[in-house]
Amino acid sequence: MYALLGENGAGKTTLLRSLAGLSRPSGGMIKLFGESNIRTVVQRLGYMAHPSLLYEEMSGMENLLYFCGLYGMQDAGQRCREVIQLVGLDPELTRRVGQYSQGMRQRMSLARAIVHDPELLLLDEPFSNVDIASTRDMVRLLGTMRDGGRTIVIVTHQASLLEGVADEFVSMHAGRVVGRTAHLPTGSEMTGVSAR
Amino acid sequence: MSLGQVTSATLKKDLRLEWRSKDAINTMIFFALLVVVIFSFAFDPTAEESRRIAGGLIWVGFLFAAVVALNQTWARELRNQALDAFRVSPAPANALFIAKAAGNFIFVMVLEAVMAPLFIVFYNLRSVGPSYQLAIVAVLATWALVVNGTFFAAMSIRTRSREVMLPLILFPVSIPALLAMVQATTGILTGDFSPQFWVALLAVYDVVFTTVCLLLFETVLHAE
Amino acid sequence: MKSTFYILAILALGLLSLGLYQGLVAAPTELTMGNVQRIFYYHVPSAWTAFLLFFVNFLASIMYLVRRNPRTDALAVTTAEVGVVFCTVVLVTGPLWAKPVWGIWWTWDARLTSTLVLWLIYVSYLILRRYASGGQTPVLAAALAIFGFVDVPIVYLSIRFFRTQHPQPVIGGGENSGLDPAMWKALLINWAAFLLFGFLLCWIRYRLERLRQTFEETRALESLLESDVRSAR
Repeated sequence: MYALLGENGAGKTTLLRSLAGLSRPSGGMIKLFGESNIRTVVQRLGYMAHPSLLYEEMSGMENLLYFCGLYGMQDAGQRCREVIQLVGLDPELTRRVGQYSQGMRQRMSLARAIVHDPELLLLDEPFSNVDIASTRDMVRLLGTMRDGGRTIVIVTHQASLLEGVADEFVSMHAGRVVGRTAHLPTGSEMTGVSAR
Repeated sequence: MSLGQVTSATLKKDLRLEWRSKDAINTMIFFALLVVVIFSFAFDPTAEESRRIAGGLIWVGFLFAAVVALNQTWARELRNQALDAFRVSPAPANALFIAKAAGNFIFVMVLEAVMAPLFIVFYNLRSVGPSYQLAIVAVLATWALVVNGTFFAAMSIRTRSREVMLPLILFPVSIPALLAMVQATTGILTGDFSPQFWVALLAVYDVVFTTVCLLLFETVLHAE
Repeated sequence: MKSTFYILAILALGLLSLGLYQGLVAAPTELTMGNVQRIFYYHVPSAWTAFLLFFVNFLASIMYLVRRNPRTDALAVTTAEVGVVFCTVVLVTGPLWAKPVWGIWWTWDARLTSTLVLWLIYVSYLILRRYASGGQTPVLAAALAIFGFVDVPIVYLSIRFFRTQHPQPVIGGGENSGLDPAMWKALLINWAAFLLFGFLLCWIRYRLERLRQTFEETRALESLLESDVRSAR
């Protein structure tokens, strides 16, 4: 699990979106699972961002079933139910996603990101404005997934949340990676400059 | 995830979302109604005259109302960046396009079905030609508006002036189709001339631009 | 490069002057319309030039979608802008011709109306370019350009047929009017002059666009380096 840190404008979101195939890099090359054309390996990716990427007027289950359809999963009802329970929500809930609290919405968004069992998870500020309980649950779940062999990249401003859980803290500054540490980085480590 | 499966899943989802929110349909119908009323102040035709100008009034009205639906159906995808979720999935881009276009087609046809009686009442319309011909024109014309409209709405909704951009880029390209649908309708209503050429032109327009849309949509969807 | 430009510019000036003389003095006066007809020598070559430029825009747009080379995008915006300029000339000279001859400013004649639609399409292209956000602009614009150009034959067909059903005075003497060879001479010289002039305009605009593109890139890089330097202090 990689925590991607850096101040605003450092390029974290751009990097994540480029990895997800949503943004096209203006120079250089990205290879995912050995492929430079990300569209071919998209099945193995999961993406989550600060907006929920869900449809407000449908229930969580309906949303998930639709996205399963996009991934070509047949008879996905069972799988969807499992995943919803995994993120700590009730699959029988018929309430529309638009009426969820922020914590519930992000949990459901995470469910959407993992429903097709991706090997690589890309998360962009998943814990923003989310209550502590939901955040802790999600971090725990992500840790379990990492233990199960998944690779996870999380962009976050709240690095302390991932202390002890993330394998590596990657600091970005001005569009470049400037530091990689196994522990929570200090201020100067984050800007890649040592005291003079 | 075959093209057909994703298309029908997306279409069902859109119809369900529309049924629950009624965003597009309500605003569209109300807008069309406003257009009809305002036109009837601007033009106060006799029964004979109205047959000659109704074709133009009706299609201009539907055009403006359709723009409402076209914007709404894409706005829905952008609301929580749900479009990103589609882009990140392996689902084929054209499935999204066909589903959106089909959805818009259904919505606009519903609009036409609702508004047609109103036009008849407001303008004292009685067609000289048979109504099944009008139905054929309606189908071809609606698809002509909707196919390019869906594509251009997907483009314009990501620009700075969003909703305003759509009519600006859609109307010029649609001019020949508009001419054809108005002429075909007028030809049938008045019986003064044959609508044949215009119906054929609409069909050609439909085929040509459906092809262009399908060829270019994937590129435009992933433009960033 | 620069000297070529100046040579061509002088040549263009020469051709334009020759064209002016040919069109306004040397060519014979038209039978029915008199001297007003001479506007034809500006009206028609502008139309042909505009159309050629839009065709280049079409090709450049396709090339851009295939290769994503910023040079083709620069070519696309250049040809669209200069094309719109020539198109505007056609739309202005049309009524100027029509009023004295037929007493009306505008006739919805097939060629003039098609040109108007063409103008509308490419102006909408330029508006899209202005209001699209950053990285997407070239791709969206290229798509719109393809739609626009594919539409052109359909536009012309539809309006032609419309006009045969509902005839109106035709600017340019209709389909069957022949041209005196001296008139052809004036027409072709003016067209050559307009083509050269248009080419020079495109040259300038293209250079400008390439400069702007390079400037944007440099500026982006600069701001990255700046924040580097700042934090090192």
